[in-house]
Amino acid sequence: MIPTNFEYFAPATIEEALQLLDQHGEDAKLLSGGQSLIPVLKLRLAAPTAIIDIGRIAALKQISVSGDTIRIGANATHADIARHAELKQHCPLLGETAAQIGDQQVRNRGTIGGSLTHADPAADWPAAILALDAEIVARSSQGERVIKATDFFVDVMTSAVQPNEIVTEIRVAKPAQPQAAVYLKVPQAASGFALVGVAAQLTLNNGKCEAASIGVTGLGPKAFRATTLEAALRGQALDDSTVSAAAAKADAETADALEDIHASGDYRRHLARVYAKRAVQAAAARA
Amino acid sequence: MRLAGGVLPKVCMCGTHILSLHPQRKEEQRVKISLSINGTQHEADIEPRFLLVHLIRDVIGLTGTHIGCETSICGACTVLLDGKPVKSCAVLAVQANGGQVTTIEGLAKDGQLHPMQEAFWECHGLQCGYCTPGMIMAACGLLKETPNPSEEEIRHGLEGNICRCTGYQHIVDAVKYAADKMVA
Ligand SMILES: Cc1cc2nc3c(=O)[nH]c(=O)nc-3n(C[C@H](O)[C@H](O)[C@H](O)COP(=O)(O)OP(=O)(O)OC[C@H]3O[C@@H](n4cnc5c(N)ncnc54)[C@H](O)[C@@H]3O)c2cc1C
Ligand code: FES
Ligand code: FES
Repeated sequence: MIPTNFEYFAPATIEEALQLLDQHGEDAKLLSGGQSLIPVLKLRLAAPTAIIDIGRIAALKQISVSGDTIRIGANATHADIARHAELKQHCPLLGETAAQIGDQQVRNRGTIGGSLTHADPAADWPAAILALDAEIVARSSQGERVIKATDFFVDVMTSAVQPNEIVTEIRVAKPAQPQAAVYLKVPQAASGFALVGVAAQLTLNNGKCEAASIGVTGLGPKAFRATTLEAALRGQALDDSTVSAAAAKADAETADALEDIHASGDYRRHLARVYAKRAVQAAAARA
Repeated sequence: MRLAGGVLPKVCMCGTHILSLHPQRKEEQRVKISLSINGTQHEADIEPRFLLVHLIRDVIGLTGTHIGCETSICGACTVLLDGKPVKSCAVLAVQANGGQVTTIEGLAKDGQLHPMQEAFWECHGLQCGYCTPGMIMAACGLLKETPNPSEEEIRHGLEGNICRCTGYQHIVDAVKYAADKMVA
């Protein structure tokens, strides 16, 4: 299986890549890790005439923690994030999510920016990025804009990134209680993608839940914040019955649950409730 | 089918695609790349759509790297790129330009099997052998990250490699055997 032929560009800087994007318009595709795009090209589901390989742009690979802000370059690989010591300390949810993506070969190539932009409804990153209330920075030749995670996922395989834009970094505010977090998923046995995945980041105070931020992936056409569930936890002591009652609303934001040969919509809803409960309890236990 | 004005469109061989409506494609581009494979520097002049696995097998002639699924699922095509296991059917050859590739042929030194190869031999880690080169390269990558893995870590580390013969138990044993040998 060989892709349709294309012209290949390997710009060294973001500016150069943006110029190429403007020049080639919608016929061009950006390539970072290639773990979603290359299979798509091989199956000829897409046949761009120009491939702009941004994998060699060093500025897009940085990971830094300074002050209250964590910045992750769009081209940081899942493996880079999984093993990053400072992230483990300040925001372990990132590494825990990264380590559950696909397999080691995919994690060595695939990037956070590519995964988010691809917006697969069963991808893992969206759950964590929503739970962390992250911001995604996108640049075009016109300038830079900052997209909130809650505005980023638009529909199945559709993110807010425009064809003339490059995602440059993901910004996360350091959580108040980094350890009070978890990502739990039910992997689809063959691909590893999430049938359902739940990411939780909590803030606890004197045994009560001050704030809960919960991202759910795999259930609907796009990942979402389980705001009804979050509201039901706020200000409450996290005893079993409170968490059960709240987690029963984990699917409240989804009108259409995904259905395929691996799981019916009802089963996915069930999984979302069960895993939301487990996630909240596990995150609270770690606090 | 006729376009406006009664013009007969030019169609492709299968008759369904109107060629004149296809996006304009440039003449096939060729790119010169240079990369090290098992310590030897190679130059190649290739189409950018060429996959790394095709370069390794068809241009360089190292057929130890296998193609199983060609859809980035089975791991048979695993090689080390700059020391890390990757599926060479999911990497364009141009992406490896300037890089260092290690294939199964690059493991043995001076006629001595690499400890991982020896371990697969000793522990019966293979039956038909089709998955074995990829399995061994993935296992080598795993031990670089985790020199002394638990059984669970071995199974997690090899999730990207499918074996239709062994049932995996002997493969896990082999990786453990190699780890013990390499740490010692
Ligand atoms: C066998 C296998 C198993 C997998 N399992 C999982 C799994 O369990 N969970 C999971 O979440 N994912 C999984 N994936 C997908 C994987 O995580 C991909 O790495 C990821 O979806 C895409 O990242 P990439 O860097 O490879 O992007 P690419 O494939 O290079 O690009 C993907 C898309 O994003 C665009 N793009 C890339 N970078 C940018 C950027 N900086 N700015 C704007 N647009 C950009 C590209 O143009 C393209 O449209 C799996 C993949 C494989 C092959
Ligand atoms: S041949 Fe590359 S993963 Fe199967
Ligand atoms: S030994 Fe036959 S596929 Fe693994």
